[in-house]
Amino acid sequence: MRIGVVTFPGTLDDQDASRAVRVAGAEAVTLWHGDDDLKSVDAVVLPGGFSYGDYLRCGAISRFAPVMRALVDAANGGLPVLGICNGFQILCESHLLPGALTRNDSLHFVCRDQRLRIEDTTSMWTRDYAPGQEIVIPLKNGEGCFVANETTLDELEGEGRVIARYVDVNPNGSRRDIAGIRNARGNVVGLMPHPEHAVEPLTGPSTDGLGFFTSVLNSLVSAS
Amino acid sequence: MSIDTVQHAIDDPDHEQPYPELGLKPDEYQRIRDILGRRPTSSELAMYSVMWSEHCSYKSSKVHLRQFGEKKPETDALLVGIGENAGVVDIGEGWAVTFKVESHNHPSYVEPYQGAATGVGGIVRDILSMGARPLAVMDPLRFGPLDAPDTRRVLPGIVAGVGGYGNCLGLPNIGGEVVFDETYLGNPLVNALCVGAMRHEDIHLASAKGVGNLVVLYGARTGGDGIGGVSVLASETFDEGGPTKRPSVQVGDPFMEKLLIEATLEVLHSGLVEGIQDLGGAGISCATSELASNGEGGMHVWLDRVLLRDPTLSPEEILMSESQERMCAIVKPENLAAFEALCTKWDVEAIVIGEVNDSGRLTVDWHGERIVDVPPRTVAHEGPVYERPYHRPAWQDTLQGDAPSGLARPTSPEELRSTLIDLVGSPNLASKSWVTSQYDRYVLGNTVLAQPEDVGMVRVDEETGLGVAISTDCNGRFAKLDPYAGAQLALAESYRNVAASGAVPLAVTNCLNFGSPEDPEVMWQFAEATRGLADGCLALGIPVTGGNVSFYNQTGDTAILPTPVVGVLGVIDDVDRRTPMVWGPDGELIYLLGDTRDEFGGSEWAHHVHGHLGGLPPAVDLDRERLLGEILVAGSRDGMLTAAHDVSDGGVAQALVEMALRSGVGARFWAPEGLDAFTFLFSESAGRAIVVVPRSEELRFTEMCAARQLPAHRIGVVDSGLAADAGFEPGTQVLQYTDVFTVPLSELREVHERTLPEALA
Repeated sequence: MRIGVVTFPGTLDDQDASRAVRVAGAEAVTLWHGDDDLKSVDAVVLPGGFSYGDYLRCGAISRFAPVMRALVDAANGGLPVLGICNGFQILCESHLLPGALTRNDSLHFVCRDQRLRIEDTTSMWTRDYAPGQEIVIPLKNGEGCFVANETTLDELEGEGRVIARYVDVNPNGSRRDIAGIRNARGNVVGLMPHPEHAVEPLTGPSTDGLGFFTSVLNSLVSAS
Repeated sequence: MSIDTVQHAIDDPDHEQPYPELGLKPDEYQRIRDILGRRPTSSELAMYSVMWSEHCSYKSSKVHLRQFGEKKPETDALLVGIGENAGVVDIGEGWAVTFKVESHNHPSYVEPYQGAATGVGGIVRDILSMGARPLAVMDPLRFGPLDAPDTRRVLPGIVAGVGGYGNCLGLPNIGGEVVFDETYLGNPLVNALCVGAMRHEDIHLASAKGVGNLVVLYGARTGGDGIGGVSVLASETFDEGGPTKRPSVQVGDPFMEKLLIEATLEVLHSGLVEGIQDLGGAGISCATSELASNGEGGMHVWLDRVLLRDPTLSPEEILMSESQERMCAIVKPENLAAFEALCTKWDVEAIVIGEVNDSGRLTVDWHGERIVDVPPRTVAHEGPVYERPYHRPAWQDTLQGDAPSGLARPTSPEELRSTLIDLVGSPNLASKSWVTSQYDRYVLGNTVLAQPEDVGMVRVDEETGLGVAISTDCNGRFAKLDPYAGAQLALAESYRNVAASGAVPLAVTNCLNFGSPEDPEVMWQFAEATRGLADGCLALGIPVTGGNVSFYNQTGDTAILPTPVVGVLGVIDDVDRRTPMVWGPDGELIYLLGDTRDEFGGSEWAHHVHGHLGGLPPAVDLDRERLLGEILVAGSRDGMLTAAHDVSDGGVAQALVEMALRSGVGARFWAPEGLDAFTFLFSESAGRAIVVVPRSEELRFTEMCAARQLPAHRIGVVDSGLAADAGFEPGTQVLQYTDVFTVPLSELREVHERTLPEALA
């Protein structure tokens, strides 16, 4: 399996995402923002960081990158895509996912080991978790407050598209404690916390994040 | 606009020049005239004034800093020594690391966010310019009292600036310090450390070699920010009622710096660069004169080619501008196209501004007219050197005579318990997570240890597990009581922290923060601290690889505590073998290594409880520190230790509390024989650490300590089941001083963690 990891100017967690892909047992393929060639990868990770310095609005400039034109089409065609943190913001700006990520309610950047509850295990990126399973992975963002109008939030809830929720502490004021969501088809997932930072006991608070990466591999195997 | 050309300077030799406003003394101005054989042009005056400022020239400190070279211990580890942008140390397996700490104190007082942010940016470029990939940053910060209104102004801004820049740049912030003392009110200290790694063959130096090679300026455009920032801000003290200096502070763009890092590493690894220099203080003046001075000796610059953000800038301003996120590379003409292509890939602008020659002169033209013609060494390396007068302050004896022995000490169990609680929540000992949770410690995925651990540790090589550990430390109160011993205590603490993590201490960097060098008493503090540090490094066998001096940290006549911040870097063969602070399961044994004496001069207890500063700091025994370090490293290497923690601020009590809170598991403990409870709990004797040993390793460990004659006292045992006997709900985790007092961890945690959020809410 080959999983693409996109680098935009200002992307920071691309090397971490690639490491997580390798730890999960797949090949990590570097994708460049200025190139609309997805190199026939089986799935794509949009990693965290501050693409284009978060200037204008997080993710607002990256969505116009050539790679995103190809990616939006591919995602609509069923390609699995995981957007982490800034990647989640880019997915929202690209309208692959609804809602938006705004400034944390604390007005501070926050880095903490965050407890989450996995709410949906039907997506291609969460199938290896048990429903209701609690995991601890790093969270680090300045603009991670998920907002959407009430109708959209009700829809997300009603369709089981909230994939993870904050437990114990809501670190950024996200509506309904939402940490991650998916599209209707279940191939596109956006997540504010960082599973790629929790794949090795040496450097992470746990290895709880690995499940996102093994999930997509298992999804792809069972689909083929 | 008329340009002051070299010809004009010759034709109009008596033109009056505003050298005092640029910070030059009359004799310094005369020396420039002597060097040039004429009056300087205004552009030359700008260059000399900024390069001869205290910040750039080290004119007051140079004579003392020489000791770091003269007393350098024998070592094979040093690949590049003092004098380059940062020293480079061999850590084995073909890897080298470079690290350095710098101050950005004055800009951070004027404009906290940008001052702190550009402090991070500047030190990262220093590391980058050695050819290294930056791995991590650390930030030792010092502020006035936590409850002072101005602390509420500067602290949140400085923390946000450090985080805002470092987070966006993608470098983990793995530690540092947050210290409060009233002398830092009006003079906060913002020191920034960066560590980077490279393969040996990738080491680059700042020199313009090869006649005909091109001088390429790349990165951000040059603007009007920071003009004279270095000379104006770093060389004058803040007097009340003085003019506002806000426009002198630089503004940072971490996104551009991230692109600059990636572009720079790519051009370096592609073999396209002959020499490289970052642009920091003194901007183009510094970069061109240093590159030329270190290389063939000559350089010509077409200054009008510099890409500008503000087209109205004068040549003097362009030469002095401290616009951030710029680098200067020496490139062979045949490599230029490839160099430019890689810059374009990363959306970084590059422009050829000059050419290397062997004329022995640095010449600068502005639209065809010669505005600078100087010997570059006189600008970069042959600035003034001062033997500033210094003498021991008259009050030093009185201060040292005011021993803390007369201060009321807690004696009853209740008093001891409440003193412990009080200290755990005191500003200097309280949890700093309000600060550090604003920093990304995870990015890059190589952070093995980060605050509140003793060190920041990062993995350098994913294949082998090779890694480095760094700690920065200084207790300015110790340095005030005795600057020589205080500097050595800072070194010893940092050394001990590194060893406690299992890493072998290898090299030292320092950031020497002091008051005005024109005050002979401050100069004495500086001279003593420098001498102490140089002697200490020799005794411990680890060289100083570089550092930074920050003078003029004072408001009016009041100087800050002498604050020689010391950073020690250590290497660990396999980060998997690190020793954290977290202890293991029930039954593991807690040992106190070293000797505990009645030493409270400069202690946190005397400071917080009594507001007292007097007497002598704890005794220094560097042989003992070295032995302790060897035991800690051996204990880690041979798998004898579960946990280790340095004992320093707040004594054994604070160390045990920190370990228990980090572990979430309780313990009971007792004092070694012959030691009273108060001294045991709160003394800050140096040369000590707490280690946690599994029962299976106890004999082996204690025999090693006995054979090496290191005192090792069993003072406790990890125990999660103490609650019931102590009258708490079953399962409650407590720290229990046998037959003296019991404190639940929940109470300690609440007290420890609420102080900063409450004060800064």
